[in-house]
Amino acid sequence: MPKRTDIKSILIIGSGPIVIGQAAEFDYSGTQACKALREEGYRIILVNSNPATIMTDAAFADATYIEPLTPDAVERIIEKEKPDAILPTVGGQTGINLAMSLYENGALERHGVELIGANYKAIKTAEDRQLFKETMVSIGVEVPRSGYAATLDEAEKIAREIGFPLVIRPSFTLGGSGGGIAYNVEEFRTIVGRGLDLSPVHSVLVEESVTGWKEFELEVMRDKADNVIIVCSIENFDPMGVHTGDSITVAPQQTLSNSEYQAMRDEAKKIIRAIGVETGGSNIQFAVDPKSGRRLAIEMNPRVSRSSALASKATGFPIAKFAAKLAAGYTLDEIPNDITKKTPASFEPSIDYVVVKIPRFAFEKFRQTPPILGLSMQSVGEAMAMGRTFNEALQKGLRSLEVGAAGLESRGYAEERLPELLRTPTPDRIFAVGDAFRAGMTVDQIHQYSNIDPWFLREMRKIIAMESEISGAHEASPAGARATSPADLLRWKREGFSDRQIAKLTSRTETAVRKERHAMGIRPVYKRVDTCAAEFEASTPYLYSTYENEDESLTTSRRKVMILGSGPIRIGQGIEFDTCCVHASFALREIGFETIMVNCNPETVSTDYDTSDRLYFEPLTLEDVLEIVELEKPEGVIVQFGGQTPLKLAKQLAEAGVPMWGTSVDSIDIAEDRERFGKLVRDHDILVPPHGTALTEEEAVDVAGRIGYPVVVRPSYVLGGRGMAIVYDERTLREYMSLAVDAAPGHPILIDHFLEDAIEIDVDAVSDGKDVVIAGVMEHIELAGIHSGDSTTVIPPYIIGHREQDRIRRRTVQLAKALNVIGLMNVQYAIQHGELYVLEVNPRASRTIPYVSKATGVTFAQVAARAMSGMSLREQGLTSEPRVDDYFVKAPVFPFGRFPREDTVLGPEMKSTGEVMGSSQRFGEAYAKALLGAGVRLPLGGTAFISVNDNDKRPMVVQLARELQNLGFQLIATSGTREFLVGHGVEVGLTWKVHEIERPNIVDRMINGEVTLVINTPYGKSAYTDDTYIRRNALSLAIPCITTLTAATACVEGIRAGRDGHNTFASLQEQHRARTV
Amino acid sequence: MKIPARLILQDGTVYDGESFGSPTTSIGEVVFNTSLTGYQEIATDPSYRFQIVVMTYPHIGNYGVEENVEQHGTPQIAGMVVRDIVEEPSSIHSEMSLSSYFANTRVAAITGVDTRALTRKIRSEGAMLGMITTETRPVDELLLDLRKAPSMSGLDLVQRVSTESAYPFHEGEDTRAPKLRVAVYDYGVKRDILRHLTEQGCDVTVFPAKTPASEILDRHFDGVMLSNGPGDPEPVTYAQENIRQLIGKVPIFGICLGQQLLGLALGGRTYKLKFGHRGGNHPVKDLRSGRVEITAQNHGFTVDPDSLNQNDIEFTHINLNDQTLEGFRHRRDPVMAVQYHPEAAPGPHDSFYLFNDFVTMMEAWKKK
Repeated sequence: MPKRTDIKSILIIGSGPIVIGQAAEFDYSGTQACKALREEGYRIILVNSNPATIMTDAAFADATYIEPLTPDAVERIIEKEKPDAILPTVGGQTGINLAMSLYENGALERHGVELIGANYKAIKTAEDRQLFKETMVSIGVEVPRSGYAATLDEAEKIAREIGFPLVIRPSFTLGGSGGGIAYNVEEFRTIVGRGLDLSPVHSVLVEESVTGWKEFELEVMRDKADNVIIVCSIENFDPMGVHTGDSITVAPQQTLSNSEYQAMRDEAKKIIRAIGVETGGSNIQFAVDPKSGRRLAIEMNPRVSRSSALASKATGFPIAKFAAKLAAGYTLDEIPNDITKKTPASFEPSIDYVVVKIPRFAFEKFRQTPPILGLSMQSVGEAMAMGRTFNEALQKGLRSLEVGAAGLESRGYAEERLPELLRTPTPDRIFAVGDAFRAGMTVDQIHQYSNIDPWFLREMRKIIAMESEISGAHEASPAGARATSPADLLRWKREGFSDRQIAKLTSRTETAVRKERHAMGIRPVYKRVDTCAAEFEASTPYLYSTYENEDESLTTSRRKVMILGSGPIRIGQGIEFDTCCVHASFALREIGFETIMVNCNPETVSTDYDTSDRLYFEPLTLEDVLEIVELEKPEGVIVQFGGQTPLKLAKQLAEAGVPMWGTSVDSIDIAEDRERFGKLVRDHDILVPPHGTALTEEEAVDVAGRIGYPVVVRPSYVLGGRGMAIVYDERTLREYMSLAVDAAPGHPILIDHFLEDAIEIDVDAVSDGKDVVIAGVMEHIELAGIHSGDSTTVIPPYIIGHREQDRIRRRTVQLAKALNVIGLMNVQYAIQHGELYVLEVNPRASRTIPYVSKATGVTFAQVAARAMSGMSLREQGLTSEPRVDDYFVKAPVFPFGRFPREDTVLGPEMKSTGEVMGSSQRFGEAYAKALLGAGVRLPLGGTAFISVNDNDKRPMVVQLARELQNLGFQLIATSGTREFLVGHGVEVGLTWKVHEIERPNIVDRMINGEVTLVINTPYGKSAYTDDTYIRRNALSLAIPCITTLTAATACVEGIRAGRDGHNTFASLQEQHRARTV
Repeated sequence: MKIPARLILQDGTVYDGESFGSPTTSIGEVVFNTSLTGYQEIATDPSYRFQIVVMTYPHIGNYGVEENVEQHGTPQIAGMVVRDIVEEPSSIHSEMSLSSYFANTRVAAITGVDTRALTRKIRSEGAMLGMITTETRPVDELLLDLRKAPSMSGLDLVQRVSTESAYPFHEGEDTRAPKLRVAVYDYGVKRDILRHLTEQGCDVTVFPAKTPASEILDRHFDGVMLSNGPGDPEPVTYAQENIRQLIGKVPIFGICLGQQLLGLALGGRTYKLKFGHRGGNHPVKDLRSGRVEITAQNHGFTVDPDSLNQNDIEFTHINLNDQTLEGFRHRRDPVMAVQYHPEAAPGPHDSFYLFNDFVTMMEAWKKK
């Protein structure tokens, strides 16, 4: 069946900002869908609020809308672009939810738009728990027994029918909070009682507990001829009870026999048919009772997912791309297998390696939240590794994760803590398993505590046994290095041991181990990922390393460049860096280089084997990168696009003689090293905040005393402001230092004077070593003190004037020249009392590059990559800063909904996971759109609650209050703020804080829906904790809560624009065209 | 305890590893199978007689072995080559480890081999003879032994695996009155073929490969199943002759070697594929419905479609990977055949419908 010709244009919905549970995998799937459908000749209209994605590049669609993903906005785009169809299945849950809303509110019917990929009924059947259950029962597929209860009596009746243990899930609570597992009636009553209280609809789901069961996933595809294939099976290392996104997962499944696997496969086929997914991919999860073999279907996602991205990378079978083709009417047998070229896509990939995915968490940023994994996803990213055995893949995966482990190393857990550490799923449980073996525990014991399948445990036991062999071999012979035989070393490498791990175990340096290994001629070989276990020839160089006989890399003699990716996504190092790496690859490919990508993140576009000429799916460690460099011998290696991950390898790579492209390692060091940077700014008369460095508590107190409080403190060499704080007094500084010194002894702490009430500006620039061109000047809406990644910013600046902007531009050029920048550079400035301070210089791609590129229409990562290859900016035709006519506002998105215990107030440590962009000819509208994209809908009227700290009790808040009143808002305030406002002639109602006992207090009024806007600025330590409950309630009640006065002022602009009612929708292509004319 | 072992190919290539199972020497044709699961079914499938099977998936033995998935009472393969043998299985169904099973049943096997390199070699150079051995004699000497072994082409392996006497197949306690009586020619039949026929309500009798057609016809069976089996169909002339006598007189269903023998009986030719089809992921298109089924495959020889008279023969199935013939029917006579394994075991269950088709064919014939 050929492609459909009755549709000409297709609207693709992206997944919006990166949030926990929806990360770069949907940029990968969306980009694939855009490419796949465009090459079929369809006109593609794309909507996605996230400017940091590849899919929103103007080149990937005919009309690209970076707009809020709301039904209203999308309907306006439908009205304008009149697509024939919508593909909702590549944009995660966001895409699905939007499509469902547009169906339910009649918009699709009104505009005659068809859903392709999955229809309304199929989505509904898959997503509605009750419908899903009924459907499964009707086809004879077992699901966990369960029932909804609105009272304790009802709940107990269900409990009697099912039996203990039971899972209780309150309906519609934030982050699934308030649920739990009950093993007896008493616990049951407590949890149900609490759950009914917490649930806004007073309902709980009482469900048979399958905690501890084996968990599996199948990635299933179906075409309109009803052909069904299973692309990949995945087994979770962590048993049921941990969200699959937070589990270590393994592909293919390891512990099911052929009969068991085929029975599961049969059920998956039945399920996708019964749910009614007509074309495309679905993910189906199963639980299997290890004691009886009983199998239950847990859930099905009728769309591409995080797991399908993983399965695509794990097998080389591009699910999203093919799902898009199937939605356009093709059948699987009409689509050629991308990798073999000769065989069709209607088959089931066979793999001859093991894939391990390990999630990456950010609990260090959310200190109020215990790092315990459960049913709600909390991880922010993941690394994937391939090896010829589970152990090899696991150890590669652990070192890919960049959590300080060179493999399955000891965490030195005390023996008495181990049972608890094994029982409770945490990010570190994998290390506890290793330590349990080290402590002499048996597979059975560890299994008893953790329910982890003995298969995995027995494999891991081999690693620990080998570990003692390695250190034993060393101890037995004091000569150490000499004692290692090539056969032994090869065995160790085959088990996934890194040089660094072996070095630590044998008390040597990593370099010594590497030299010895090379002297013995022990090198990794590279095998191809080919979908077919070598049955057919693979034309795609998608490679992973292992220690075996045959190397299949088949390097070329072309001019080549290697780009190091950014590894697992984490807060502070997000999709933006992947986007830059991809652009670098695109640009260099276009001018004739062979591009080689090295990365270990399965979610991303960079690890699509289509992106670069060659893909090495490998950990980004010195050892792994050096091996590839020595094999490929690239003309240059680029480290400046992938964030801190490749940057921190730069020095060692350069020392090893690797040809580095772009800004020199020495310049990077000058920018990072406080002392050297201090000298540079002194030499160039550049103003920086007074600062110093301290190794100890006493030194810190001295420095702070000299430069004056408040101070910003942070560990050196970090990204995303990790461990960064603003400190107002000596006592707090001492507390901070004692913690910091404990965490990383010997590492300096940087101390800067904190510039209060300063306006912060970010500038990105590009240089070829001669000319410097400013990419964009971004003004922060929030005052200095909030991490730039968490700030809302606007291009062009709307507060600071042209003269100041020009000063900033001149300074930027001066810095770029002083540092001899080749490629990208980002500078952060603060303006306080008319003085321009340089806060930070980063001679590399910044997080804002994709956003600046979208605003200006110039893809700066590409410009920079070409500059690094030796093509001057003049040759590229870029001689001046691009003009920006409209306002482009970038707003951050936070994961607080997943961490209900955390305060939502912002500070110098980055907490946001992603970003959105809003644009308009008017600042207010652009700002309101950005907020809306980030999930904050500004009210157009109602009651605004104002509570500001003493520092903010000044004319600005009076002005703000007046403007809100002019816009028709009622105002209420707590006593202190009210007194101040009334004193300045503003009429304000009084409301009580919770601790003031009188009721109704502010929270009562928020719950009653009387408050539409909260302006609450915290300050200092006591008020901080005092007001947390207000912000937390605002978050759970979805009331916009603004925590700085400057942001509140911008909100007024946004509200005004909203009330004026006129809003514009322009595609990127239109915006950029308008500018070039 | 680890005993070094070697896999030696007829061209002299040596792969070092360790022995598992029986530390003996074994010779066979080295072929690879890309199934991720089902090593025990593969090991006990008589079609693998005289073959050393390379499993492309690295971990083998994960879930142990259990009696009820065996396709034959004992392992049939000449040997097995794996990257990593799992000594301690994890499964409630496991009765023993694959290692112990092979040790008990005297199957030579080797672990620690770069099975991907080996698979690539077979893919590019074709299936070839090889030897698994724990002997420490020089390679040249061992090669002399190896080169004495017969090549697969022209070798009749069927008579080595077929039952010696006819027997009724019963399993479990099915008390339903059988609908149909089916004779199975045992060329090396897999137990799951018999099970599927029984599940379809057939009363199954298994006959030696050399049973004369007249004996089958005399007993008035409702249908004849031509089973799978090992090796080259060409030298199995007695079977071709018997089949010729059965065509048109009784409904016939041929599977794998059964299809090849049918093809030859119908005047066609067979040829040896470079490295065969062995795995559980081959796409086969049913040309009548247009649907694709994912199939289990295990064959080194195949019927040349150009050698069949298309006025008589309708091609029903083709392999989408290499367009080889995967199934045909006779246009007038009740004859159907597939090259792949609808009984799976191991592999996907997409093609179970063919047993039902056979029943329909038999019922229609019975009515006539």
